[in-house]
Amino acid sequence: MFKLRRTMMYVPGNNPSMVKDAHIFGADTVMFDLEDSVALNEKDAARLLVYNALKRLDYEGTEIAVRINGLDTPYGREDLEAIVRVRPHIIRLPKAETSKDVRDIEAIIEEIEAKEGIPVGSIQLMAAVESARGVLNAREIAAASKRLVGIAIGAEDFVTDMQTTRSLDGMELLAARSQVLLAARNAGIYALDTVFSDVNNEEGFINEVKHIKQLGFDGKSVINPRQIDVVHRIYTPTPQEIHRSERILKASEEAARKGSGVVSLDGKMVDKPIIERAQRVLSLATAAGTYELEGGEAIAY
Amino acid sequence: MEIKGSAMAGTLESSDASIVVAPNADKGIVIDLISSVEKQFGEDIRRTVKQVLKELDVEDAIVKIQDRGALDCVIRARLQTAVLRAANGKSFDWEGQRHV
Repeated sequence: MFKLRRTMMYVPGNNPSMVKDAHIFGADTVMFDLEDSVALNEKDAARLLVYNALKRLDYEGTEIAVRINGLDTPYGREDLEAIVRVRPHIIRLPKAETSKDVRDIEAIIEEIEAKEGIPVGSIQLMAAVESARGVLNAREIAAASKRLVGIAIGAEDFVTDMQTTRSLDGMELLAARSQVLLAARNAGIYALDTVFSDVNNEEGFINEVKHIKQLGFDGKSVINPRQIDVVHRIYTPTPQEIHRSERILKASEEAARKGSGVVSLDGKMVDKPIIERAQRVLSLATAAGTYELEGGEAIAY
Repeated sequence: MEIKGSAMAGTLESSDASIVVAPNADKGIVIDLISSVEKQFGEDIRRTVKQVLKELDVEDAIVKIQDRGALDCVIRARLQTAVLRAANGKSFDWEGQRHV
């Protein structure tokens, strides 16, 4: 079954009560943050807290990511020294500007893995682009390493760089989101959308999640447990979608059995991309636990 | 590791612990613990503190802990942070640790 990454929940790395309970809210991925949510004079404390938590606590199979500080800060290298050794599933680098940023991090991870006897390549990477330069280089960034499982857009820094602000319809982000999506699909990795900061504006949040799902994102970063269910609901195929997908697959199987190249369902032509979409709907529903896939392979990266 | 000054780490929020580490002119380790769960976990916390100080090679220190129900791994993290700060910002020996 393929890995759902509909929600990636930010957890401030210096907050013990949130760090210990992070996994209980059901986010697909929990991301401990050592970067922007941690004050400069608490970087050492957050690093040691996340290090000790990952070493000792059982997150019951939840995918764990850690966002480190960039290598251009005094903290990035030390973050890697600590975090690689406790083996989160994913290390996320912030503010990637070029493919070299990814390769530099990878080289250090590889060095530490080798030193510690950790299988080289076992820790995955995720990169966030948060500037005009990063977005323009998204294609190279997304393809920079075999470890990369996803690319994310960080909107707050991006709109600042673009000399604008965020709006509810997200017009100012459309070009950047599209660029990140193209880069992700070209590299065959996940595309993750940015946070929606106004936790009390549920309607605005729902609209944004629908918008980014329609664009093609695999999921969204969330900053509050309350946002998780909303995203999951929107990302889980409806019974109607599941039913229709089943019928499409059945029709295509029948056509194949009869040796007929063209498939028609309810008077509409069903061709390869439609069949692939139907398979993906059933894979998503299976991963979300709302459908049991019979035979066949889940479509995923 | 020599404790050169007084330093603090952690907070008084729930699930955290505030730990102050200071030099001990009289030598040895002195642990001053205030915890809402002292009766049940006091001994465990003291044991963790002694162990972390031993791992960091600290022989003389006064450690004051105000515990707010912190897990063992949180006590460890806060004490390590306070000790490194009190030792004038020495860096942690990541390589010398036993990992997962």
